[in-house]
Amino acid sequence: MFETLLRLGDDSLILGQRLGEWCGHAPSVEVDLSLANMGLDLIGQATHFLGAAGAAEGQGRDGDALAFHRDVLDFRNCWLVEQPNGDFAQTMARQLLFSTWQEMLFGHLEASADETIAAVAAKAVKEVRYHAELAAEWVIRLGDGTEGSRRRMAAGLDWMWRFVPELFEMDDAATAAAARGIGADVAAFREDYDARIRGVLAEATLETPKDQRPILGGRRGHHSEHLGHILAAMQFLPRTYPDATW
Amino acid sequence: MVALLSADAIWQVLEHVPDPEIPAVSVVDLGIVREVSRGRVVITPTYTGCPATQVIERDIRTALDAAGFGAVAIDTTLSPPWTTDWISEAGRAKLKAYGIAPPVPAGQRAVECPQCGSRETEEISRFGSTPCKAQWRCRDCLEPFDLFKCH
Repeated sequence: MFETLLRLGDDSLILGQRLGEWCGHAPSVEVDLSLANMGLDLIGQATHFLGAAGAAEGQGRDGDALAFHRDVLDFRNCWLVEQPNGDFAQTMARQLLFSTWQEMLFGHLEASADETIAAVAAKAVKEVRYHAELAAEWVIRLGDGTEGSRRRMAAGLDWMWRFVPELFEMDDAATAAAARGIGADVAAFREDYDARIRGVLAEATLETPKDQRPILGGRRGHHSEHLGHILAAMQFLPRTYPDATW
Repeated sequence: MVALLSADAIWQVLEHVPDPEIPAVSVVDLGIVREVSRGRVVITPTYTGCPATQVIERDIRTALDAAGFGAVAIDTTLSPPWTTDWISEAGRAKLKAYGIAPPVPAGQRAVECPQCGSRETEEISRFGSTPCKAQWRCRDCLEPFDLFKCH
């Protein structure tokens, strides 16, 4: 239970933090608001999932303790969400690949045997649908845009593509969670996912990137060097001033 | 009978607690208060990450305490998830008068400009100043406005 909630919460937390990095730097004020709003939705999900994870663990840790007082090796997010923002096209590539997956995942988790997971999924799936739509619109606009935007969009997708297989990995913990009815069998919607992504790329007149050697391990605490840098920024304040309140 | 009266009295207190982001409407108008019974008030967040949620709970606490309902507890529930259908008719009218286009029911596409009433409107951005709003503009009176997103 703890493990399942941690995986869900860490995905949302790390991507929410990543999107927050765009605040004040986006190409336009409207995009700035979009990215900050999506980040806020994700942090909201993380608050619920990590709060429930702390309660399930029963060691007195709350959501904040899990977010701010764990080290890299204890994080269970996938590699995709910790990837750098790069340019706006790269950020939108990551968002399309993640939000499309998360929308399908939450659609399944609405039927989770765990009440909290089911409630958060049912609530958040409506928000995530918005994220996936927004990302698809930008991928289409940039891919089917100028020579420069097209080149950047293709490069962004190329960067993110190798992290997709991890989203569909069913390791022992995921298989056990699915068997107990609390987690989802992600492999079951792989084909639907591929079809949806292919549809967006076709409309964007972009070629599907070549499959590369998949990178796995985030769910078991193996991460890219990027996660440490994210945590350094995110955890600095509560670790340096443990008594700070806000 | 006494219990019934106090539930009514609590509803009346809550009807005067404004939403912190859109003070023209109350937390009751928005459908945030789900239930008042047996010494507790049940509220639900609009958006998962809405930062106003904590402020709303605090404001309700303050109002209840001030009205002598210090013993009434506040519980938060996520399920069933809040939808814009829960905004009352009075709430929709207040939003419009405040300059925010109320959410458009499913199946209906035309968004009415809250300033001039024209339906010649277009979306500028899907995200606005708060998680619940999108930015729109009127092609007739040329004024930008907020639309409370259907959710």
